[in-house]
Amino acid sequence: MKALAGRYVDLAIWLGLATLPYWIGAAGGYTSLGTRVVVMALAATALNFLLGFTGVLSFGHAAYFGLGAYGAGMTIKYLVPSTGLGILVGVAAGTAAAAIVGALIARLRGVYFAMVTIAFGQVFYFIAFRWNAVTGGDDGLSGWRRLPIDLGFGSIDILGNDQAFYYLTLAGFAVAVAVMAALLRSPFGRSLLAIRENERRARFLGIPVEQHIWLSFVVSCFFVSLAGALYALLNNFADPHDLRWDQSGDFVIMAVLGGMRTFWGPLVGAAIFVVLQDYLSTLTDNWMSLIGVFFILVVMFFPRGVLGMLRRRKATS
Amino acid sequence: MSLLQVDNVSRQFGSLVAVQGVSMSVAAGELRAVIGPNGAGKTTLFNLISGFFPPTSGRMTFDGRDVTRLPPHRRVAIGIARTFQITEVFPDLTVAENLRIAVEAAAGYRLRPWLSQRAAREVRDRVDALLELGSLGAKADRPIAELPHGDQRATEIMMALALRPRLLLLDEPTAGMGDQETYDITRLVRRLHQDRELSIVLIEHDMRVIFHLADRILVLAEGKVLAEGTPAEIAADERVQAAYLGKAA
Ligand SMILES: Nc1ncnc2c1ncn2[C@@H]1O[C@H](COP(=O)(O)OP(=O)(O)OP(=O)(O)O)[C@@H](O)[C@H]1O
Ligand SMILES: [Mg+2]
Repeated sequence: MKALAGRYVDLAIWLGLATLPYWIGAAGGYTSLGTRVVVMALAATALNFLLGFTGVLSFGHAAYFGLGAYGAGMTIKYLVPSTGLGILVGVAAGTAAAAIVGALIARLRGVYFAMVTIAFGQVFYFIAFRWNAVTGGDDGLSGWRRLPIDLGFGSIDILGNDQAFYYLTLAGFAVAVAVMAALLRSPFGRSLLAIRENERRARFLGIPVEQHIWLSFVVSCFFVSLAGALYALLNNFADPHDLRWDQSGDFVIMAVLGGMRTFWGPLVGAAIFVVLQDYLSTLTDNWMSLIGVFFILVVMFFPRGVLGMLRRRKATS
Repeated sequence: MSLLQVDNVSRQFGSLVAVQGVSMSVAAGELRAVIGPNGAGKTTLFNLISGFFPPTSGRMTFDGRDVTRLPPHRRVAIGIARTFQITEVFPDLTVAENLRIAVEAAAGYRLRPWLSQRAAREVRDRVDALLELGSLGAKADRPIAELPHGDQRATEIMMALALRPRLLLLDEPTAGMGDQETYDITRLVRRLHQDRELSIVLIEHDMRVIFHLADRILVLAEGKVLAEGTPAEIAADERVQAAYLGKAA
């Protein structure tokens, strides 16, 4: 029964996303807002692979998001005018950095892990911020744009056509999410769950905990870099703010807001966050405080997040 | 032939010497009890044998191989499994899921992103066999945190058994249990020892359990070996009576 209900939720979510460009206008939004939701949902879901399903809090995921963004932008601007190659380089850069940083910090736990991820994140931020000549410094990396995707037999115009870019992003999201879901249902995913549940027990079942945390971190950052690359393409711009600690905090907020013990929670959290941000920022410059208050209320009254709370309701009624 | 050899092992915490020059030899197929007053260093000795932390000095071999500095997961791989004084399981998961993680880890599947149908079926069968052995079948799909302490304990022991160990370390498996639960666990331990010829080291406070099960007993007090021998020898040992049995009675 539970599995069946889960399948209906999956179906509803995929249907909603697949038809989004056709209803978001009627709901008062616009297509590229939907794209932003999907990109942020990808980042938050990827963060949650580590946070919700391995039990490790990273406060520096923006670094890999930003590396994905700059990797894509700089490739297109300086090297080869190819959207596909930009994405590849962005993802490779973010993942490689995560592999190195992850190896250095996999032994740390709890607050120490979180603090050191912030510190490493800020290093990347300062590089992007200071290295004016290459990264555009404070102004960000502009003067480039996403280019039509050449399929050999034809090309897709993702620049002029918001809808085409939305579907490109959704395809990336779908593949990423399917891979993460499959991993979480595998023996590897269960070993991560074991670490979240009880690190000591996991270790004395023969699981080398540090190695698995490292792997989880790298998988998580791989998909966060993909989100970052897509985000830069969406904006035709890479912003040093994409790398900064407060962006990392936003990802954590999205995951917790939606419910970090549920697979779709981060998607729900990202949707709420992005839509609220879009709406509130037209009313006040102080939108972040309002989101902050909302976040505190959710955490106080629904500590399992919005989706976690809905699940609870259904289970008890 | 001795399976586990502990040679003059010590462990210091700051100025406290929790284990001091302890030596012990456990034969293959032996059931060894470790007893001693609170704070005697029994759990610390287990932590040393299982690799929770390294000894300050001394040496340990398992099956002739030096394991003194081997990390815990490598010791598990060569056949050393343990349970904890305070039950350590995966609280949010069901009994079957707890066992499944142990079975998959033991099968070397921990890095697999998928399993073949056949491997998945083998895992399931093994989980079922462990559920039956632990009399946990009826509770397989219950979240383990909801179950009584005795069932959590039984699950933890089954998780250790899932690893197909050659040496099983049980830290006070009957602590905090009622008479019936204590009896069940005692019977289970004896069955494991007799039917499977598993070597077991058992820390225990309950004298009935110890004298019922143990081939030999090691008595620790203040980190040192106070006495070592058969249950009959230990029962007759005056120093033991003074330091431990006397106090307990
Ligand atoms: N990780 C640790 N850090 C500091 N001191 C420790 C540590 N582990 C144990 N000790 C100390 O070492 C001594 C021996 O503890 P241990 O847990 O081995 O005793 P025990 O024989 O298992 O006692 P009990 O019967 O109460 O379980 C105690 O004084 C304890 O406080
Ligand atoms: Mg103890």
